[in-house]
Amino acid sequence: MSSFKIFDIAASGMAAESLRLNTVASNLANANAISSSKDGVYRARQVVFEEVRGALNGPDAGAAVKVREVIEAQADALARYEPGNPLADTSGYVYSPNINSIEQMVDMISSSRSYQNNIEVVNTSRDLMLATLRLGQ
Amino acid sequence: MFDLDAHFRLHAESLKLSSRRSELIARNLANAETPNYKARDLDFRKALATALGEGGGAVGMTATSAGHLGGSQSMNLDNLLIDRTPLIESLDGNTVDVQAEQAAFAETSIRYQASLNFVNSQLRGLMTAITGQ
Repeated sequence: MSSFKIFDIAASGMAAESLRLNTVASNLANANAISSSKDGVYRARQVVFEEVRGALNGPDAGAAVKVREVIEAQADALARYEPGNPLADTSGYVYSPNINSIEQMVDMISSSRSYQNNIEVVNTSRDLMLATLRLGQ
Repeated sequence: MFDLDAHFRLHAESLKLSSRRSELIARNLANAETPNYKARDLDFRKALATALGEGGGAVGMTATSAGHLGGSQSMNLDNLLIDRTPLIESLDGNTVDVQAEQAAFAETSIRYQASLNFVNSQLRGLMTAITGQ
């Protein structure tokens, strides 16, 4: 029903933002995961959003946004000389992911704010609909 | 005869359009981080004028029998949409200004509530007239 479309829209936004939050959590959790080879190292992931283009009036308008893809950062792994490390390769290097924790934190804040915006939309719409139900009473 | 339809029409249409507009704004907010997304809004004044204009902008259903009710289709809003002009261009082509959208959303919900209040008062007025108390 068309009156409840707004909940689908906000829900799709929340789903997309929560995936983004998950990615940030994964990036932060793996920020210090070292590896003994350059290729085995964790790469930062980032989600790319896409608008869901449906007819604005159609019955299938539903969702407004979805995650198009999760891309992996192309930045080279950072090499550190740690010959004493059990994971060090033959020349004494260990490799750690090229993840900027501050960037990730900023992304997290931005994502949680967007999530809150969607929740606010749901709350306000719910209040308005309840008021509409009480019409004439 | 007293025309109930005309009596409630203005605020009924305003409620419908307000809920459509809040849908559009919710869409903008959900796409706040989508690359190349263009924020859209409803030209409320024009939309309300169209809705109240000749034939109400709504197409009535054809009644082939005297017992049929004349329902109305929802109005096509596609040509009443306007693109938002962002204050600051963003690098990824997104034109959503979250603060502006939040303000617009608050405005629409207040307008919706105002229309609800008006309809409620109209109903109360009618009830007073009917019960005569």
